[in-house]
Amino acid sequence: MPTGHVIEFRDVTKRFGPVTAVDGFSARIEPGAVTGFLGPNGAGKTTTMRMLLGLVRPTRGHATIGGRPYTALERPMQTVGAALEASSFHPGRSARDHLAVYALASGIPRARIGEVLALVGLADAATRRIGGYSLGMRQRLGLAQALLGDPGVLVLDEPANGLDPEGIRWMRSLLQALAAEGRTVLVSSHLLAEVQQTVDRLLILARGRLVFEGGIEDLVDPGEVATVVDAPDRQALRDALTAAGLQYEVLRHGLSVADADTAAVGALAAREGIALSLLQRRGPSLEQVFLELVSGERTHDSAAPADGGAR
Amino acid sequence: MSLTRTTRAEFTKQTTTAMWWILGLVLVVYLGVTGAGLAFTFAASATGALPANKGVHLPAEGLAPIVYSVGASIGYVFPLLFGTLMVTTEYRHQTLTPTFLATPRRGTVMAAKVVVGILTGALYGALTAVVSVGPAAGVLAGYGLATGLGSSDTWAMLARIVLAFTLWALVGLGVGALVRNQVAAIVIVLAFTQFIGPIATVAATFVKGLDRVTQYLPGAASDAIVGHSIYAVAGASTSAHLVWWAGCLVLGGYAAALIVLGWLTGWRRDVD
Repeated sequence: MPTGHVIEFRDVTKRFGPVTAVDGFSARIEPGAVTGFLGPNGAGKTTTMRMLLGLVRPTRGHATIGGRPYTALERPMQTVGAALEASSFHPGRSARDHLAVYALASGIPRARIGEVLALVGLADAATRRIGGYSLGMRQRLGLAQALLGDPGVLVLDEPANGLDPEGIRWMRSLLQALAAEGRTVLVSSHLLAEVQQTVDRLLILARGRLVFEGGIEDLVDPGEVATVVDAPDRQALRDALTAAGLQYEVLRHGLSVADADTAAVGALAAREGIALSLLQRRGPSLEQVFLELVSGERTHDSAAPADGGAR
Repeated sequence: MSLTRTTRAEFTKQTTTAMWWILGLVLVVYLGVTGAGLAFTFAASATGALPANKGVHLPAEGLAPIVYSVGASIGYVFPLLFGTLMVTTEYRHQTLTPTFLATPRRGTVMAAKVVVGILTGALYGALTAVVSVGPAAGVLAGYGLATGLGSSDTWAMLARIVLAFTLWALVGLGVGALVRNQVAAIVIVLAFTQFIGPIATVAATFVKGLDRVTQYLPGAASDAIVGHSIYAVAGASTSAHLVWWAGCLVLGGYAAALIVLGWLTGWRRDVD
């Protein structure tokens, strides 16, 4: 079984002329989990991944895999599997030949090519020219290439692009299975909804800076969650809340109680004999929090906004 | 050893795409037909089978090496294009990303391409020798002229064709690494080899002293390596030209300079 390694970014910065694409990015990505790397297009995700893989040289800072830069890895493809874009193929080559080139370069046995092509569902198309592949098939081939060396670390840039819903479901379970085997899985996306059900941890990048690091459950501050409650006899409900010392706000469709959860409010209403017409927990949606983080309207403690980079 | 693996991978890149054999096929047909046609014309002219032409008077003596070297004078564009495309294809299809992921040491990748360039250049050189000599020798023999096949000089010249073609493949590698854009690189290669080079060589026969400069052009250096040239027939035989090993140094120098420039301006840079 291949071993997962920790991916570590330390103060990684990349400038392209006057443009700072990535600014003081620091993060640690642990094995055994799927880590989502989120941010809008142009946030610097791809550049960050390319710096990790030795394709782009950071202006400052460094990125390592198991403590070593990619270019110093003994057997790179057997250590890290990467799928960066769906277009890095010679259209005249077949999938089998394409993988054969990189298997030869990396000392990976030829038998592995058939295995990974079967794993991604391309066994039947293996000898066809890649030029005739759909975007979804190219994504699968990119994944096959990443898995070729059976690596302990996977770095995938927007792997769900161009996949149909069934393909996305398949990708989701594959990534979770790979992480469950103890591998490190870093997967980027510009859509929270796409990775929400897949990832265990999140890194959110906006304008080249880390704006959030943590679990999905940490995204929404518990203080922001309120209980919304209503009753046909609203006055009785208001009296009961006031009597219990709970602050509330009057909404169009009910009362918003900030300091009590649904169970407490429900229990109070039962005790007072008030029939409820509505009782729900309400907070900002994950998508809303994500968009606010990205636009800078919202900041999170996990990423100090002023001094650049987390921790 | 990682260079061995990388070289095998580079060879597989070539054998799994059509470019190398298409270039080889065009070379064989083009040079074979040209060589046979010129052999026929020259032989007929030298033996008097054609009406005498005042402009060009060909002696029957020493006709064979001139005919045999025509292929090299016009065919070097094939190893040159091969070398160029070997690099520009990677930029065009963005395959440098997987290439450098598999072999992060970029010097190893370039070294592997040099090995493939040398061997493919040698293959094209050998093909050129075969198709330049085969049909032409038959035509010459048909006219009762000496084929020169018994002479070690002929064989040494054929070996120098192979040598020149390996160097041309490396020049192409350098052009590709420096230019990177596939269309631009092909246009530059064709413009230089088909127009600028020949025009400069012909111009040097008219302008006094210009041949001192043009002998250092890659095409002239290549002709110097091979030792005979179709331009010699056209009256440029009195022009200055390098000895064959100096031609090797000049052509090799172009290859080295272009590869180093390509390395500095593109190969070692960010891939995105």
